[in-house]
Amino acid sequence: MQEFKKEVSFVEKNKIAIKKKNMFIVNYIKDVFNGVKSLVVGLRRTMYYFSHHKEIITEQYPDNRDTLVLPDRFKGEVILVHDENNEHACTGCTACELACPNATIKIITKFDISPEGKKKKAIDKFVYHLELCTMCNLCIVACPTDAIKMAQTFEHSVYNRAELTKVLNKQGSKIREGVE
Amino acid sequence: MLSFSNISKSIDTWLNATFNSTWTMLFEMVIAGVGVISLFAILGLVLVLMERRVAAWIQIRLGPNRVGPGGMLQSLADTVKLLVKEGMTPDGADKFLFNLAPFIAIIVAMLLMAPIAFAKNFQLWDMNIGVLYVTAISSIMVISILMAGWASNNKYSLMGAMRSGAQIVSYELSAGLSILAIVVLSGSLNLNDIIQSQADGWWIFKGHIPVIIAFIIFIIAVTAETNRAPFDLAEAESELTAGFHTEYSGMKFALFFLAEYINVFIVCAIGATLFLGGWMPFHIGNWESFNHIMDYIPSSMWFFSKTFFLIFLIMWFRWTFPRLRIDQLLNLEWKYLLPISMFNLLLVTAMAILGWHF
Ligand code: SF4
Ligand code: SF4
Repeated sequence: MQEFKKEVSFVEKNKIAIKKKNMFIVNYIKDVFNGVKSLVVGLRRTMYYFSHHKEIITEQYPDNRDTLVLPDRFKGEVILVHDENNEHACTGCTACELACPNATIKIITKFDISPEGKKKKAIDKFVYHLELCTMCNLCIVACPTDAIKMAQTFEHSVYNRAELTKVLNKQGSKIREGVE
Repeated sequence: MLSFSNISKSIDTWLNATFNSTWTMLFEMVIAGVGVISLFAILGLVLVLMERRVAAWIQIRLGPNRVGPGGMLQSLADTVKLLVKEGMTPDGADKFLFNLAPFIAIIVAMLLMAPIAFAKNFQLWDMNIGVLYVTAISSIMVISILMAGWASNNKYSLMGAMRSGAQIVSYELSAGLSILAIVVLSGSLNLNDIIQSQADGWWIFKGHIPVIIAFIIFIIAVTAETNRAPFDLAEAESELTAGFHTEYSGMKFALFFLAEYINVFIVCAIGATLFLGGWMPFHIGNWESFNHIMDYIPSSMWFFSKTFFLIFLIMWFRWTFPRLRIDQLLNLEWKYLLPISMFNLLLVTAMAILGWHF
């Protein structure tokens, strides 16, 4: 019985092999046909683009500078948000400085004397090295008071590298009332 | 009527009347040489601009749009830039071969211009083995590429050159076989005779499906032979930096660049001559009046519009298909194109003997 089974399977295998051999030429033609078909699909797509060249997707940048619309998530540089009273929300906690992987931010703190005579920590200078920033957004996430955010400006080129080191808090600005 | 053949004939008679035959010969050679060189320059400018524009439109961009009206002078500016650049020779290079290679490339392209019929009765050299001449000369191209790759003393260059050698040598077979299909049908190796044989319809219409297959194979094979994408393994910017011309700069690079475009023009001109009737206007059998109307369009217009149509086809391929690997490339040639074109040649021969074409 065992022997017989073996015999059968052998015959079966042979049949499959013969079938495969006959299939070869069919497969060959199929290959050629499918290849040509897929190429034609590609050619049709590019011909469509070629003949519809008015629907360009690129921005004509320096020409459309005034009407340029950037996507919301575009990250250009870190700024410290100031309101109309020249007040910001930065407490000088240095969480952003610690979060930054590139040591881009340096917070220099000072002590303000409040009217009641109490000492209070505040920022003296928020130093930001644009040339080191990778726009990774980690500082923004780290800030507990949402004092900083990403601006959409991107024309950052200057002739002198020193100009890239910026102080973000404006002259005479102070912390907004009520922000702890 | 003002046509290329009339102009050349009047120049010839004038020279013959003014000088003796030796001087006439010499002057005509000089005129032909200057003509070919200026044609090269114009073709280079036009084709580079065309390529960039086609690429841009296919990729939904605008393309060059700064220099001149609509960017028309972009390639002229590029040429000036290349001209004033220093042509450096690397220290470890084989100086003689390194400097010789680009000139061989351009000389091959020049030689290939000889048998092409640009218009009715307008041809540099009407030889009776035109087709054979073209296939023979075009294979010298590979020598300049190998020379450049070897002399650069750079592994990328050498690798690019070797690939290109394998590629050109193998694709020449199917290009030759598909050209033979037309030679069999028209019964002549002379390009003029082949054009004349298409006076009652171009071969691509007269020859039914076998000639269309031969045409497709021809286009694939010449795309490979001119080292253009999807068969640009010889340069393969992303893997071999620039292949055989990595080390070339300035005018020497420009010569390679020019030779590539000239070669594209030439193979397309050959393709147009063999399959689309060269300068022969669009004729249908014996519709006398229709054929007569078609004859009013100058023959040079027909030739150039057909050639540029084929050039556009090849550019379209370049910006559509991804590059093949070297093994896929050789598979395509030896397992698909070669058997198909051999079988096809058999069919065409049977067709020619039995007179099944129109
Ligand atoms: S965006 Fe990233 S790199 Fe730039 S300052 Fe913030 S944390 Fe540092
Ligand atoms: S910007 Fe935010 S995180 Fe950075 S020091 Fe000011 S309050 Fe702290």
